[in-house]
Amino acid sequence: MEPILKLTDVSKSFGPVKVLTDVSMEVFPGTVTSLIGDNGAGKSTLVKCIAGIHRIDSGEVEFEGSKVDISSPKDASDLGIEVVYQDLALCENLDVVQNLFLGREKTVHGLLDDLTMERSARETLKTLSVRTIKSVRQKVHSLSGGQRQTVAIAKAVLWNSKVVILDEPTAALGVAQTEQVLGLVRRLAEEGLAVILISHNMNDVLAVSDHVCAMYLGTIAASVRASDSDRESLVQLITSGAANLEKDDSL
Amino acid sequence: MNDVKSVKSDFGMDSGVKSLGDVWFDFKENLKAGELGSLPAILSILTLVAIFGAVNPDSFLSRLNLANFLEQSSSVIVIAMAVTFVLLLGEIDLGAGFVAGVGAAVLATRLADGWSLPTAILISTLAALALGLFTGFMVAKVGIPSFVVTLANFLSFQGILLLLVRDGGSVRINNDPIKDLVGGTLSVSQSWLFAAIVVLGYAYVLLRQHRTSEIKLAVPVIALRLLMVAAFTLAATAVLSTDRSLPRATAEIKGVPLVVPVVLVILVLMTILLSRTKYGLYLYAVGDNAEAARRAGVNVVWIRLSAFMATALLAAVGGAFLASRVNSVDANTGANDTLLLAVGAAVIGGTSLFGGKGRMSNAVLGGLVLALIPNGLSLVGERTVFGTEIDFGSSGIKFIFAGLALLAAASVDALSRRQST
Repeated sequence: MEPILKLTDVSKSFGPVKVLTDVSMEVFPGTVTSLIGDNGAGKSTLVKCIAGIHRIDSGEVEFEGSKVDISSPKDASDLGIEVVYQDLALCENLDVVQNLFLGREKTVHGLLDDLTMERSARETLKTLSVRTIKSVRQKVHSLSGGQRQTVAIAKAVLWNSKVVILDEPTAALGVAQTEQVLGLVRRLAEEGLAVILISHNMNDVLAVSDHVCAMYLGTIAASVRASDSDRESLVQLITSGAANLEKDDSL
Repeated sequence: MNDVKSVKSDFGMDSGVKSLGDVWFDFKENLKAGELGSLPAILSILTLVAIFGAVNPDSFLSRLNLANFLEQSSSVIVIAMAVTFVLLLGEIDLGAGFVAGVGAAVLATRLADGWSLPTAILISTLAALALGLFTGFMVAKVGIPSFVVTLANFLSFQGILLLLVRDGGSVRINNDPIKDLVGGTLSVSQSWLFAAIVVLGYAYVLLRQHRTSEIKLAVPVIALRLLMVAAFTLAATAVLSTDRSLPRATAEIKGVPLVVPVVLVILVLMTILLSRTKYGLYLYAVGDNAEAARRAGVNVVWIRLSAFMATALLAAVGGAFLASRVNSVDANTGANDTLLLAVGAAVIGGTSLFGGKGRMSNAVLGGLVLALIPNGLSLVGERTVFGTEIDFGSSGIKFIFAGLALLAAASVDALSRRQST
């Protein structure tokens, strides 16, 4: 299978500090790729490079087989790359529909077409099998943490996006809600999207990922198949950058 | 329609029929969540009417005072609607009172110089927009807090007003349409036509809601709402259509005051703008989470800038109301407590000072409350309370009561915010 997103020898420095050194990584449609690593390993910088917030210094980014230059967040979303940041970026005083369509509302004669947007919001949530939201006309401030995460993810995939990057989606959630969000992450992959999941929780990573990329001091220490790894070896990769693991040949 | 069935299982509250009981349940749930909406304002109006009505039934509850009260409240209401734009963003415009004053002064001086009404209105509108553009630029582009910018404006716009009316002078208004804005009445037949339009318009809104929403209100709920609005409108029209002049007056006064339809039209237009357009939605979005709005592609700088222009434009309309009430413009037009009362009216009605929450109708309800206080107190007059004689009609007492009402509203705002987070 062809990777939808392919990074080759990507490097990035902030002044004298080298944050990313020759990072290579491949992301496939219909799979979940987890990005793990200790604080300061370069995960956030790598994601921000993909999302167009930072420009890379050297290296190549290929999207759907052709070389691309992602220099702004708009470039990224035009390609179909969406990021759900930890702060979710939802307006709590607006309802679910209004948040999903914020910035891309449908109008008729200059007035909002609420009914059409309401129906299509419900349709999207249904394809993602979201059943926990009682009404799409609920204000976001009345939703739980898991429901908000769900809305933020739905907002990212509503626009035919192809790559979705989730930044620690379960960090602030309880057990049951974590379960729901992980279920949603799996379904995104089943719908054919390429999902990049940033997480500190090895249980979550092992539960939903197909591939795991472990970062160590600005490099990719290892790319492994999730089914070939276990908790201890992943922790070892994060803390020392090496472990006794079979390398994933497909990567 | 097996589609509908599957929708029901996922989003149980999104379809079906709401009975009277459901509506009452929703209302109680909202109260528990700290969403008081305009309830405090409505309760205040009822309480104040009951108190003043009991103390002085003859003059307070007279038809003349009812019409007078509606006219007194109109300018506060319009300027309160104006500041709602910036309040929704969590900003403040302390200079809006003087924008009203400057707008009125430009209008009055142009008319005095013999300009036609449309050109005078156009020039006054442009002047207000320029002031709003300046304020918005300083806040949204330069990045100075709106409190500071508009505090400076409070002084400099007052200066512009003084220059326009030439230090201590006043400009008389002899133009009939402007004079009639506050003080004129519809004829009796026009009043009934207006009442019919209001009732039919409300029926249309209910019907449209019923057709385009998947949550249907039960027929009794719709009928009850329509009945209440129709009964109120027709009763008020009937009362205002009888002669309300003083016993020895030479001319009759009857018909609905002209300010009522004018304010109602502004209210409907502004409500459509806020609740049915992208622009209105973006005001709420930026007011709650500007960063989220920016990431969603909303032009946050333009929303901020234009909100100050909208405030200035509508404030100038309010200025025309102020001028029309006394048929002249002087250095005090839009000065003193005008701005505080307007902000107070919006907040008492349920618009939040913290941004992201509020409606145009809040400004109307709050404006009625703040106009009731001085109106009622004047008619209470001098009374002996606990052995001391107090003149309730004095400015001192009125200011104190209005200040307390404002503080009470801000407390409700702060407390309900704490409860909902």
